[in-house]
Amino acid sequence: MSNVPAELHYAKSHEWVRKNDDGTLTIGISDHAQALLGDMVFVDVPEAGRSFEQAEDCAVVESVKAASDVYCPVSGEVVEANEALVDSPEMINADPYVDGWIFTLKPSNMSEFSELMSADEYAEYVASEEE
Amino acid sequence: MLIFEHSKPDRVNGAQQAKQPVVKHAIAEQFRRKQKPLLPEVSEMQAVRHYTRLSQKNFSIDTHFYPLGSCTMKYNPRACNTLAMLPGFLQRHPLSPDNLSQGFLSCMYDLQEILKNITGMKSVSLAPMAGAQGEFAGVAMIRAYHDANGDDARTEILVPDAAHGTNPATATMCNYKVKEIPTNADGDVDLDALKKVVGPQTAGIMLTNPSTLGVFERRIKEISKIVHDAGGLLYYDGANLNAILGKVKPGDMGFDVIHMNLHKTFSTPHGGGGPGAGPVGVSERLIPFLPVPIVAQEGDEYHLLWEKDWPQSMGRLSAFAGNAGILLRAYIYARLLGREGMERVSEYATLNANYMMVKLAEAGFELAYPNRRATHEFIVTLKKQAKNLGVNTMDFAKRLLDYGVHAPTTYFPLLVPECLLIEPTETEAKEVLDYFIEAMQKIQHEAETSAEMVKLAPHTMPVRRLDDVKAARELDLTWKGSAL
Repeated sequence: MSNVPAELHYAKSHEWVRKNDDGTLTIGISDHAQALLGDMVFVDVPEAGRSFEQAEDCAVVESVKAASDVYCPVSGEVVEANEALVDSPEMINADPYVDGWIFTLKPSNMSEFSELMSADEYAEYVASEEE
Repeated sequence: MLIFEHSKPDRVNGAQQAKQPVVKHAIAEQFRRKQKPLLPEVSEMQAVRHYTRLSQKNFSIDTHFYPLGSCTMKYNPRACNTLAMLPGFLQRHPLSPDNLSQGFLSCMYDLQEILKNITGMKSVSLAPMAGAQGEFAGVAMIRAYHDANGDDARTEILVPDAAHGTNPATATMCNYKVKEIPTNADGDVDLDALKKVVGPQTAGIMLTNPSTLGVFERRIKEISKIVHDAGGLLYYDGANLNAILGKVKPGDMGFDVIHMNLHKTFSTPHGGGGPGAGPVGVSERLIPFLPVPIVAQEGDEYHLLWEKDWPQSMGRLSAFAGNAGILLRAYIYARLLGREGMERVSEYATLNANYMMVKLAEAGFELAYPNRRATHEFIVTLKKQAKNLGVNTMDFAKRLLDYGVHAPTTYFPLLVPECLLIEPTETEAKEVLDYFIEAMQKIQHEAETSAEMVKLAPHTMPVRRLDDVKAARELDLTWKGSAL
């Protein structure tokens, strides 16, 4: 069973979102998503300052199996991207929730954040997808 | 060992020597080389042994069953090679005037007609040099059509999530934004989702039918109507044409443009990256935009039409008129089969796939779309094996190599977890299909009893597991030997 930290929020497209004290959000892909994709070979991180709508593709993760879009779970403006992933994409496999974060975002619509799934809901969702 | 590592300075290969003495002064001083070219210096026998050994390490359609889904790895009849290499074809210079190329041009004209007839399109150009270029030409024509109508608000191309990755790549190359459409549980395009995203911004839709899920898109006529009613055009990706050859025509389904992979459906060799051929066929409204040259017939004479004859053409895709040798092989293949033979291709391709699908299901393997009949390919998912035994699809694929079978396509389409996409093609005998099914059963047993052994496969190949991550991240195919 994959690791689903209780304090995070999750999108159906398998991104996780952490709410930071300064009001920004940190975003990455879930342990379940990295396990499905396999060993990462490239990550395209979004540029700081770019704005995305909810569900818009904002980053690309490429593994030995597939290249996948990452969808912005909440609308907003990118504050900072994890540039370390460009040289070390394997951090997403090793530690998707800490070192493997992809970018931080200044949200423009926090009601979208409150509609994300809780850890329990996401775990259930993943289990149902695996049926 | 690389051929360069066999090299010794000044070693010569008699077979490669000039047949006639070279008159040194025939070449002006300033054009002569000052240094020897950086080529390996090996004897004829060394060259023969080196490449023979390499070929023995290969999996190929000439040596092994090769059920690589969506690639249509069928046998390449030797007759096609033999006839395409007749001296009259081989020695024709690509810049020969039309009146000295009548035999070749008559074959190309007939090939255009055959492809038109089998796809139901109104006109065909043989110019694209590969499938990817055919795709590019197809979407570039869609753009040219909208541009010619002054319709510059169309900025989006729709692509189902099951599509080959080349489709969104092509649309992006043609400066379109890609909108993905989801697939429903039975493998059809989700029509409600399609209706939501289609509109005045839609330039077209790119569809593969049968889709990469190995099922026929049943509501294609409705899709066609929805997209056409919104002013968009329909692009047919010819990747899976083998399943419907001679049975259903993309033109009748409402498609405006199609590219054909001759190395799949028309059995030209799958080269190591080339040469290829990806002819395009179009409906009435796209005829003016076809890439040139196009072969025309007037009375008994054939000639090539260029930009001046086809003023709205999207232009040329190469310096010459397409990959002549590959186009000839496809022409000969089509003539060997005839109209009835083409139908047998799709009948046997789908029969073989359905036979394997049922047999594997009976053996306990899980099908991705158990309620659907397979087309020329089908999908097995090994997610239970991965979860319960810790043996995943890649492990099965590698172990199949030990059984002398090229692995089917793995982990594609992306919609189905732990999947194998299996395409036997029409050219395999039942014994071969049975052998594959038996091998899968044996590997299943091995996975249950000695999982570690399967996870370490292959055991009998020249190399073991390759480092996929290193290969993707540090791809380096250039010899930079210090000796040279």
